Amino acid sequence: MRRYVALRLLQAIGVLWAAYTVSFLVLDYLPGDPVSAMAGAGLNSSPVDPAHLAELRAQYGFDKPVLVQYFDYLGKALHGDFGDSVATGRSVTGTIATALPQTLQLAGAALLLAVLFGVGLALTATYTTQRWLRQVLLSLPSLAISIPSFWAGLMLVQLLSFRARLFPAFGNGGLAGLVLPAVTLAIPTGALIAQVLAKSLLSTLDAQFVQTARAKGAGRVRIHLRHALRSASLPALTVVGLLVGQLLASAVVIETVFSRNGLGRVTASAVSVQDIPLVQGVVVFGAFVFVVVNLIVDLIYPLLDPRIVGTGRRSFA
Amino acid sequence: MSRAVRSKPARLAAPAVLAVVTLFAGACNASSGSEGTAADAGPPKPGGTLTFAVSSDAGCADPQQVGSSDTLYSLRETVDSLTDQDPGTGKTVPWLAQTWEVSPDATSFTFHLRPGATFSDGSAVNAQVVKDNFDAIPQLGALAILAKGYVNGYAGTEVVDDLTAKVTFKQPNAQFLQATSTAALGLVSAASVRKTPQQRCSDGVLGSGPFVLSKYVPNQSITLTKRTGYGWGSSLWTKPGEAYLDKLVFTVIPESGVRAGSVQSGQVDVVAGIGRADEAGLKASGVGLQSRSHPGVVFNLGLNNSRPILQDLRLRQAIQAAVDRRQVVDAVFPSGTQPAAGILSRTTPGYTDLSADLAFDVPKAKSLLDSVGWTVAADGIRQKDGTRLSLTVVWFSNADAYRPALELIQQQLKAVGVDLKLKELQVAQFPQLIQTGDFDVLWGGDLSRADPDSLRTLYSTQLVNAYRLPPSPLDALLTDQAATVDPGKRVPLVDQAQKLVVRNAYVIPVVELETVLAVSGNVHDVTFEASSRIRLHDSWRS
Repeated sequence: MRRYVALRLLQAIGVLWAAYTVSFLVLDYLPGDPVSAMAGAGLNSSPVDPAHLAELRAQYGFDKPVLVQYFDYLGKALHGDFGDSVATGRSVTGTIATALPQTLQLAGAALLLAVLFGVGLALTATYTTQRWLRQVLLSLPSLAISIPSFWAGLMLVQLLSFRARLFPAFGNGGLAGLVLPAVTLAIPTGALIAQVLAKSLLSTLDAQFVQTARAKGAGRVRIHLRHALRSASLPALTVVGLLVGQLLASAVVIETVFSRNGLGRVTASAVSVQDIPLVQGVVVFGAFVFVVVNLIVDLIYPLLDPRIVGTGRRSFA
Repeated sequence: MSRAVRSKPARLAAPAVLAVVTLFAGACNASSGSEGTAADAGPPKPGGTLTFAVSSDAGCADPQQVGSSDTLYSLRETVDSLTDQDPGTGKTVPWLAQTWEVSPDATSFTFHLRPGATFSDGSAVNAQVVKDNFDAIPQLGALAILAKGYVNGYAGTEVVDDLTAKVTFKQPNAQFLQATSTAALGLVSAASVRKTPQQRCSDGVLGSGPFVLSKYVPNQSITLTKRTGYGWGSSLWTKPGEAYLDKLVFTVIPESGVRAGSVQSGQVDVVAGIGRADEAGLKASGVGLQSRSHPGVVFNLGLNNSRPILQDLRLRQAIQAAVDRRQVVDAVFPSGTQPAAGILSRTTPGYTDLSADLAFDVPKAKSLLDSVGWTVAADGIRQKDGTRLSLTVVWFSNADAYRPALELIQQQLKAVGVDLKLKELQVAQFPQLIQTGDFDVLWGGDLSRADPDSLRTLYSTQLVNAYRLPPSPLDALLTDQAATVDPGKRVPLVDQAQKLVVRNAYVIPVVELETVLAVSGNVHDVTFEASSRIRLHDSWRS
């Protein structure tokens, strides 16, 4: 068990380093640089004196060779210092810390809704004996996954905020403001959970141990919830681990549509002005969350299926 | 809707102590009226909160360091300026400075401050703080491009007495007087001046304006509260003393559809950044639309005059005649947008109407091209000595209208045998592009400023000279107007300069971009200032 955890930790560090490096290379490859982006952001103003730009580049260290910049940043990052945002001058860690609560709220609420509806849908679809109903329910997730989030968000705003005036269309204020973005974010997430769980449930219900339980005279509900669900939830749990990444990525779109001031908006604006330190900070933070959640998921597996620790590895994900 | 931009042009009235009479104050109402029915709302009344949606946040709460209108809409209310500029006449009028004198060579400016004005921390607005402000501006960081440009060549400020400050420059700087009316040179308290540029951005600054910054949440909102006891407003404002409104909340809503829906459903009162697609819905729901052309150099097709093909005057003039500005404007820009009628927009002091030179004339374009040996080949595109008449226009997609506008221009040019290719770049590439000059045509090139000196900024070969103009008599005109204080002498110089730019077709003027606001029916007297941004001191809600 200890060796298993140590190995997973090493992998986690590798993932963090790779995320950092790849994002640095991508940003460096983009034409222009943060200083130009800042100067260019005011297109509607006088052309900026090249000497002034050069001075600024020197100030931020963007005039140094790429490798030197890379190791400079990496060295500081290892000490937890991601520097200051080029665009705003605020510290990267501070900026992330300020934005994080809004995104956690959103992602948490969305995940809760997604699990509730995803699991509910999967259970209903596999429990029902009506063939047509099962077909309809099982096709819902594919439909929901293919709806673009920004469209779903704008539709919800249009209907429930502008027409019905039930919820505010923008802002971080309170529970009412959380409903529409959380629902929008929960649609594709819940659909994915439902899809994986339903498939897994269907195959588990055909498994021998379920037939044994059935032969022993266990009721349908008991078989469904106690025997099949526990075993079938393993792939779904893996998916939930992966979904954390998707939630963070979707927050970029959802927070823009709903004018929420979270990590997604920070990311979007940082990328648009090539704010390298801030983008790096966000990427590493996202990778960190992703790695930690998946580590937790890995550690939960043995609780659901003791065989996993016995073999020291798992066969999926 | 009485649309300002169709009214008579504002004329230059660059102010000076000598200019006792406003010689050039045209009977112009440059700011357009609201469609709202203010008449039945009764007399103005104080109180209430105004919510205002903008599309972006500049990431900085210091008006001296911000160029973005979205952020200046709010920050403008927190600072007062030495002077104000009448949007109708272009004339500089008193605000914190009651009177001023400009030396004949436009190198020194003496301001006589009104007594009794204070910053929101209680400190006095005096000559020393004027000096502190101007001394600090050259040291401001990267963001303060506007303010630094206005005080270029700053030599120093002399505190003559408690209420008299004399600002001097190393070279003539006639534009400085108009610059003192802008938010970029709005005064902040001595305590704010002492902070680092970054602190000023993140904490905000203390000004003497009619509203005080009470909360700034980056990327989310700016909240202002009324300054109680305020009593030193601009001479242009109708209400003496404090503002009507108690509180102003500016919220960032990035999605244009959500902005429009929010004002329609009453969740916000005013929205800036309205696209053509939103107009019909807004009008149908009783929301008023207000608009005003940006002053300064109009949106254009900036030609790279160092490209061999484009060095030919008649070819440039042919392109000038081949563009149907009216069609472009009617097809893609918000209704009421005006096609360019010169290199400066109608709302710019000193503007000259050159629409005759910019007339859409296909036969003229064709004959000009014929006359310089460009003949139509089999594919409909002209050729000369084996070279195809093909140009690439570089553009940035920071507004929805640009792609369709350019595609239309592409068709218009094709009709006379000129091939125009479209190439989209990232905004971050713009400064590099200017530096290397690696472009044929650059879409944009407007410079918003209610002073004709914007011509010199863009087209003097002694400055950045982004369009690679050859040295010409234009340079002397631009330099001379920058050193001329007397409007009676400056207007003819500026007039000549505009004619030279347009008749040489160095750039192809296309459209006057405008600020469009959607204002809910219960909000009144939201007015435009000379910069085509807004004033909220006199605004009230019923």
